[in-house]
Amino acid sequence: MSEKKVFLQVKDLNVEYVTKQETVSAVNGVSFQLEKGKVLGLVGETGAGKTTIARSILGVLQEPPAVLKKGEILLDGRNLLKLTEEEMCSVRGEKITMIFQDPMTSLNPVMSVGKQIAEVIALHDKISKSDIRKKAEDMLETVGIPAERYDEFPHQFSGGMKQRVVIAIALACNPQLLLADEPTTALDVTIQAQVLELMQKLNQENNTTTILITHDLGVVAQMCDEVAIVYAGEIVESGTLEDIFENPVHPYTIGLFGALPKLNEDVEWLSPIDGMPPDPTNLPEGCKFSPRCPYAKEQCICSRIELKVITPGHKCRCLLEQGGN
Amino acid sequence: MSRLIEIQNLKKYFKTGRGMVHAVDDVTFHIEQGRTMGIVGESGCGKSTLGRMLVHLEESTGGQIIFNDEDVTQLGKNDMKKFREHAQMIFQDPYSSLDPRYTVEDSIKESLMISGKYNRTQALAKTQELMDLVGIAPRLRLSYPHELDGGRRQRVGIARALALDPEFIVCDEPVSALDVSIQAQILNLLKKLQQEHNLTYMFITHDLSVVKHISDDICVMYLGQLVETCSSHELFEKQYHPYTKALLSAIPSVDIRRKMNRIVLKGEITSPIDPKPGCRFAARCGYACEKCHEPQKLEEISPNHFVSCCRAKEINI
Repeated sequence: MSEKKVFLQVKDLNVEYVTKQETVSAVNGVSFQLEKGKVLGLVGETGAGKTTIARSILGVLQEPPAVLKKGEILLDGRNLLKLTEEEMCSVRGEKITMIFQDPMTSLNPVMSVGKQIAEVIALHDKISKSDIRKKAEDMLETVGIPAERYDEFPHQFSGGMKQRVVIAIALACNPQLLLADEPTTALDVTIQAQVLELMQKLNQENNTTTILITHDLGVVAQMCDEVAIVYAGEIVESGTLEDIFENPVHPYTIGLFGALPKLNEDVEWLSPIDGMPPDPTNLPEGCKFSPRCPYAKEQCICSRIELKVITPGHKCRCLLEQGGN
Repeated sequence: MSRLIEIQNLKKYFKTGRGMVHAVDDVTFHIEQGRTMGIVGESGCGKSTLGRMLVHLEESTGGQIIFNDEDVTQLGKNDMKKFREHAQMIFQDPYSSLDPRYTVEDSIKESLMISGKYNRTQALAKTQELMDLVGIAPRLRLSYPHELDGGRRQRVGIARALALDPEFIVCDEPVSALDVSIQAQILNLLKKLQQEHNLTYMFITHDLSVVKHISDDICVMYLGQLVETCSSHELFEKQYHPYTKALLSAIPSVDIRRKMNRIVLKGEITSPIDPKPGCRFAARCGYACEKCHEPQKLEEISPNHFVSCCRAKEINI
């Protein structure tokens, strides 16, 4: 990590959703960093705070009810949270873009797909109208859609093609950082394979730094260089792909792998993680996973546990590992 | 082992403004007592329609469904009511399959009362028993669906399906709306119930690792047609149909040492509206030839392994 330049750095990010009745602690002190061109997988269950992290980076949290309590987000050394809305607008689309989860709802139904791509280009590039159209058509071709379909509307496309249009919009201005929020969750496996291949190709050609949010460990294994496991708004374990998949140490990470039916081995019974994720309005004091953890001890419940380095690059938030058990 | 359910040349066509949608076309297979038949395929391939027909939520257009030596498609009103006691369904979305104004107890009790076999006190006792069986705490008896999380709601759905002691349950994507850690709890529960009550399942899913885990036999469907069927073990060892090969190769593996060798299919699923005779996969298939445009027959390529592809033998040498 020392020689290569850190491209994105998130420091102690805290986000809450505040309503009259209650306060939901969605992100609690998340820190991570990423080098240029790397793909980071953010893995976690529904409500773990993955999407909130991505939205904070892009600066599109819905405030209120969201409140960014504290934290720093440094892109190439510049703190994004200190920028004015105007400055942020030029960062969005040009430097950072996001692929949203559901292609069915993230496109404008009354605007042709070509125009939706051209819109982004027109905002950021000072080029003539015909050049804009040309560039948008090229983008369509890049994602494997014939340019003749420029004037068609989203309802004329299938789910996989819509998601490719969303990717084309996101990549239209050659972003340096791509936030992909469950880009293939709504798609069938054979279509997922097409989209993943496309993302891999674009990542290699443009050296785009990517954060891939997913709950599918298979997708992570095939796409990512680094992995961070998120539970109840905290990173509980992070490291390289090999660290996490071959030598997981946090009980939650181990539990996730045990709960997953695998294609290459036969087991009579799966080993589910008992219980449910904690209520985010009322999180446990110490380790957030302790109520479900088979190894929980008293000190796990009482005090906040910090993320500690186990081997270089591999961090874990668990007393068991840190106490040498 | 005896055959509990046998379907022959089952068809379901839907009439639309643009023509007939061939949702299920000429599907034939059987399920043996106490076993699990997995149905896999992509969205729109007709797997849910097939499941709904087997419990008669959908009238079939043609073909037969033989359940315990009786043709379900010919049953009268009273016999149908009896049949429904034997065949039940667990639905995909536990958020919309429960009545929001019914408590957990009401939802489970409803079918017991309708059956006429239980009086009020007996029905309540049986409801309690069912809640224990699927692992819902008694204190949640009077909770409404919106107060429960997805895993618990799906447990209510399972309890409701089990209420009348059925022999056969169609599970339509019962875990696809759930998180991994909860999914494992529900899969284990379904397996335990099967062993204790000698249930026969038809398990519909698009998740191939789930289907491998839970099924004894598997049917692969593509655009309303059955393309390949055999035992679960064998299917993951050796596939003959080009679509099955592509489908299995597309699953992202969690094994990071084995880089994937995906067969990436070109194009999208073709329209199921008034399809031409012949193999419906031919338009995306790398091996397609003249013969593929003729109607295909399901043939036994090795013992108990059936494939519907005229070139299955030559491309698998």
